[in-house]
Amino acid sequence: MARITLDLAHSYRPNPQQDSDYALLPLSMVFDDGGAYALLGPSGCGKTTMLNIMSGLLVPSQGRVLFDERDVTRASPQERNIAQVFQFPVIYDTMTVAENLAFPLKNRKVPEARIRQRVGQIAEMLEMSGQLDQRAAGLSADAKQKISLGRGLVREDVAAVLFDEPLTVIDPHLKWQLRRKLKQIHHELKLTLIYVTHDQVEALTFADKVVVMTRGRAVQVGAPDELFERPRHAFVGHFIGSPGMNFLPAQVQDGALAVAGQRMPLPRALPDGALRLGVRPEYLALAAPGQAGALPCAVARVQDLGTHQMLTATLGGEVLKARCAPEQVLPGEGGTVWLQVLGEHTCFYQNEELLA
Amino acid sequence: MNLVLDSIVKRVGAQVWLHGIGMALQPGAVTVLLGATQAGKTSLMRIMAGLDEPTEGRVRVDGVDVTGMPVRERNVAMVYQQFINYPSLTVADNIASPLKLRGEKDVARRVRELAERLHIEMFLQRYPSELSGGQQQRVALARALAKGAPLMLLDEPLVNLDYKLREELREELTQLFATGDSTVVYATTEPGEALLLGGYTAVLHEGRLLQYGPTAEVFHAPNSLRVARAFSDPPMNLVRAQATLGGLRLPGGTELPVALPGGHGNDGGDVTLGLRASALRLHARPGDVAVQGTVELAEISGSDTFVHAATPWGELVAQITGVHYLELGSSVALHLDPAQAYVFGADGALLLAPARPGRN
Repeated sequence: MARITLDLAHSYRPNPQQDSDYALLPLSMVFDDGGAYALLGPSGCGKTTMLNIMSGLLVPSQGRVLFDERDVTRASPQERNIAQVFQFPVIYDTMTVAENLAFPLKNRKVPEARIRQRVGQIAEMLEMSGQLDQRAAGLSADAKQKISLGRGLVREDVAAVLFDEPLTVIDPHLKWQLRRKLKQIHHELKLTLIYVTHDQVEALTFADKVVVMTRGRAVQVGAPDELFERPRHAFVGHFIGSPGMNFLPAQVQDGALAVAGQRMPLPRALPDGALRLGVRPEYLALAAPGQAGALPCAVARVQDLGTHQMLTATLGGEVLKARCAPEQVLPGEGGTVWLQVLGEHTCFYQNEELLA
Repeated sequence: MNLVLDSIVKRVGAQVWLHGIGMALQPGAVTVLLGATQAGKTSLMRIMAGLDEPTEGRVRVDGVDVTGMPVRERNVAMVYQQFINYPSLTVADNIASPLKLRGEKDVARRVRELAERLHIEMFLQRYPSELSGGQQQRVALARALAKGAPLMLLDEPLVNLDYKLREELREELTQLFATGDSTVVYATTEPGEALLLGGYTAVLHEGRLLQYGPTAEVFHAPNSLRVARAFSDPPMNLVRAQATLGGLRLPGGTELPVALPGGHGNDGGDVTLGLRASALRLHARPGDVAVQGTVELAEISGSDTFVHAATPWGELVAQITGVHYLELGSSVALHLDPAQAYVFGADGALLLAPARPGRN
């Protein structure tokens, strides 16, 4: 196992001039030994590029990769001693489940008794103990992907295990069981696990630390509650949560905050100039008319989403979403509702970055 | 338009894909066809479109029997899961094609308008292959809207997109449907999508229509256990119980005070208690009933945390707003207000649903 340090950038073009030339903008990041990490972002954000640089499939165009203190920038995946699990099962159909799980250990000449023990342990964790002697060929896609996961996890001496969207082929109602398995396995084996996905549920459920990426930039590395409560970058506010954070343009001047033409006292020290305030639909509460920090908004729509109501309102041309309790009485379309835009959960952004 | 399906049966070989489906679609509104894969959504849509003929039954449009009339003689727009566009035509020409076919004037202006509504006006001179999946599907949607057909059929149009894009497009579609006057049919496997689209929902299961009505009504008062199961995400928690004089007796001996309709109390009969994940809370309120459990996983979606717990009532899932950490294997108490209980009889029929706020 290893602590992985990245201090690099990558461009698929020879002489990168501007930000958009980079698949991965200059970054420096440390993945702690034994941690569970997710790289999360939409397609094209650079997460797979980062994973490939860690695994050794790709040499970064500048900078270096350290495993502990060792420079492995140009080392192959074998030399780095990492295990990988891909989107689709990579197993030997003609072998049994046990032989498939044992394969990475046999290759490394691990003693037979130790192999039996480790294969038994992994099979037990994956609830495949009863299928050890079955041929892989006849198994369902889910079972095959479980074997792939098992093969990735079976070696104790790996520097890290890298997962590239490993639950894509899994049936939706089985996904949570595998998420649970992965979580348990991380608890028990304490391997360094790095998991690439565009699915926020997978990332937030699996990882202790999530790296949120957009357009080649890692915009925040944080625990799931930090990403939800204090998004450091406006993109994180937008990307995490369904729907994401509401944003309103605002102006700080003469010790007051102007939002949609209404002046309010500054809720905390903020620099003069234009900024955006962000508040999540879960925290945008209804307020009494005239309440400090609340503004009158026009109701555009109220949706009964079963477990809650989604209120869509407009304020000076901006759209706001508020998640309301099912029993909350709301005015109909065209009515006015006061929404608490300033509160303890409100965040302020300048140039997309959270102001401290 | 008024679309009526009358006892539609579809047999393919020895298999029955649709079992006598009858429904009169709400004109000018969205009807969501909700069901798992293989429920019969696509088969039914193809019959509505005239792409397939039913084995038995009639399709009527505005009172006229159109059964067997081929799709090209009908005025129907369709959008599929796959992003289907003319690859050799630019985005502008893709959108213009139905307009030109109808010999409309002012094609360029209409194309621009539609492109703006779907936020693809900057790509008009590009080819579909130069666009992302989300943009390609916007082109297909714009072309379908350009047709201005009185019937628009969409078969899981967002399923192949990333969830943030899905969120965005779904929002736009809801507004487009609300402002247009086409009758829209939208197939999905996702209960959440049906709720966001609103309108009316038809729940399909193994080729049968289980329930059709206003979406919120079907969600809040599912007429059977099967509808409740199909129309909940995460799946509704189901607990086997016995009817007693005061309500229900649950595994482990817990008594849940609920008022079953006459004839069902005091008979010791088997019933099923249904609890939505959102009805289970981590904090007690007065009058709550609690069950102890062990945390199996806390699934975090961002807006919600779904706590899976093993309890004497069986495996339960609780939906808690926001991000919460619960240690695997730790003990947890789940609280519920008995007024949130659904009760289903031994035959699966709904006996009791929670009262809806603001309604009688």
